[in-house]
Amino acid sequence: MFKALAGVAAAFAVSSAVLAADITGAGATFPYPIYAKWADAYKKQTGVGLNYQSIGSGGGIKQITAKTVDFGASDAPLKPEDLEKAGLMQFPAVMGGVVPVFNVKGVEAGQLRLTGEVLAGIYLGKVAKWNDAAIAKLNPGAKLPDQAISVVHRSDGSGTTFLFTNYLAKVSAEWNSVVGQGTAVKWPAPTSVGGKGNEGVANYVARIDGAIGYVEYAYAKQNKLKYARMRNRDAQFVAPEEVAFKAAAAAADWAKAPGMYLILTDQPGKASWPITGASFILLHSRQDKPETAKEVLKFFDWAFKNGDRMAAELDYVAIPDAVVKLIQSDWKAKLKDAAGKPLY
Amino acid sequence: MSAVLPISESAHTEVRRVPHASWGDALFENLTRFFALVVFGLLAAILVSLVVGSQVTLEKYGLRFLWNAEWDPVHEDFGALVPIYGTLMTSLIALVIGVPVSFGIALFLTELSPAWLKRPLGIAIELLAAIPSIIYGMWGLFVFAPLFQSHLQPLLIEAFGSIPLFKGPPLGIGMLTAGVILSIMVIPFITAVMRDVFELVPPLLKESAYGLGATTWEVVWKVVLPYTKVGVIGGVMLGLGRALGETMAVTFVIGNAHRLAVSLMAPGNSIASALANEFTEAVGDIYFSALIELGLILFLITTIVLALSKLLLLRLSRHEGAKT
Repeated sequence: MFKALAGVAAAFAVSSAVLAADITGAGATFPYPIYAKWADAYKKQTGVGLNYQSIGSGGGIKQITAKTVDFGASDAPLKPEDLEKAGLMQFPAVMGGVVPVFNVKGVEAGQLRLTGEVLAGIYLGKVAKWNDAAIAKLNPGAKLPDQAISVVHRSDGSGTTFLFTNYLAKVSAEWNSVVGQGTAVKWPAPTSVGGKGNEGVANYVARIDGAIGYVEYAYAKQNKLKYARMRNRDAQFVAPEEVAFKAAAAAADWAKAPGMYLILTDQPGKASWPITGASFILLHSRQDKPETAKEVLKFFDWAFKNGDRMAAELDYVAIPDAVVKLIQSDWKAKLKDAAGKPLY
Repeated sequence: MSAVLPISESAHTEVRRVPHASWGDALFENLTRFFALVVFGLLAAILVSLVVGSQVTLEKYGLRFLWNAEWDPVHEDFGALVPIYGTLMTSLIALVIGVPVSFGIALFLTELSPAWLKRPLGIAIELLAAIPSIIYGMWGLFVFAPLFQSHLQPLLIEAFGSIPLFKGPPLGIGMLTAGVILSIMVIPFITAVMRDVFELVPPLLKESAYGLGATTWEVVWKVVLPYTKVGVIGGVMLGLGRALGETMAVTFVIGNAHRLAVSLMAPGNSIASALANEFTEAVGDIYFSALIELGLILFLITTIVLALSKLLLLRLSRHEGAKT
């Protein structure tokens, strides 16, 4: 009897020790599935759990600033001066891409070829018909109908919209001055409708004849949506595939980006997909709770080493090894405990 | 006389409370009063936090916020005109469709339905009310919108296309779709209230009217409705309240476009839908404050609607008996 009681007490002690070591994070919704999968596998190996709440990037930034969580997550990187002000540092944890999808009868997946300028023209409402000269020139031989283009965008603020508008702003001066970039923007095209989430956008595109929209790569792939090929900075037309996202990440010059503020859109490289992006993790540079911070670093260290296959299974793109090295040296340089001692 | 007095005195002492029970009574009275006052407290707290939260935009835009049609998170220019219009328009459509249908159902249930059908029908209506709004939203997007787009909208556009309200391509989604979905959602609420108040009409009144040779319609119009108008208006207001604040079902089908359009076919936005969509990723003080102010406006709209309905009821009761 006593033994049993002692056993129960010991079990409680162990479980409370595990609970105490759990790390908490909050923020972006886009990487939630992969963080959850990593956390599950990590817990099985180490007993340390991760409690991640996908409340949105805005909420994630607020929570980490208020120190209610151990790390925050944001789809858009914070500008170096904002990081400085909040006493934070950031690093990319996982990547994904944004894919234009369309619904035009007679044109199949991958047959449509677009450039950033034309895509911006469509979303500005200037290229209003599918047989517009600008589209026809890129697609000789395609049977493009004399049909109005309906523009579909995300109605909820999202990292997907941020990457998409960031790309359009990079390639089109007019887009940059009229619309700009952000997780939510004012959509100028007179035919534009907003769908909630990837599924909302995909559904509207499927529903409306002559529609074009943009969704996350994972969503487009799993639902076999009709995607368009995009012309990248090196004037090559590429399809949205894992290698193309990796190429974009590899081509990016992380070492020269202060505070890892780098958005992977419109990167050089023959194979690079032009609308690629990373989701970021935010940490306080000066840690009051160095033990917890170490656990957070251990988790992401583990995920960078062992998480690639899991990421691929969910159609995310893992951070290339070269970039991981940079991240680790950033951890060494920037993360300190209260006494100023490096944590990694 | 002197014999009467003691009796009344003794009756008096019987009514007087037993001393040890009185503190229990007092406690109970104060407790219930406290609970009732908590409602006021909560209401005031919500109002105050909404006003405080929207301080930035209240100062920046003032009243212009109400009629500014812009909603540009990048250049931080915000106005509530589009969501206000969308909220009022979709709720109006919901009532225009929902009230007559609910009236018909309630009428059938109380006056015309065979007894064996009453219970199943009543339960079916109550089940409709129990369906979560997200289900209505999904159903609206995946089932109703395509049907609406391919069948009903082309007809409407062909028949009334010359009126600006019905112009535009049939997208399947938009303010009209949202209004129709909302009407389905408010019908059970309005119907349930109407049925309950119709059943309260004393049979004596109705039978007298029938006895005088009145038709069913005349009985309903001249006896049942005047007798139950407070309850009926209350039911309509309950439905309106749900329509004004409905979020998930609307956001799926309204199209979520911050663009002012006269046509009901066009995508629009409602206050609740804008809040649900944009709150998570709203970064920056002005954006956040603009969203909170939208919440404040919805709060005020609901208050105004309730106040108007009370006024309407007051006017109705003042005219009671004036006309024969």
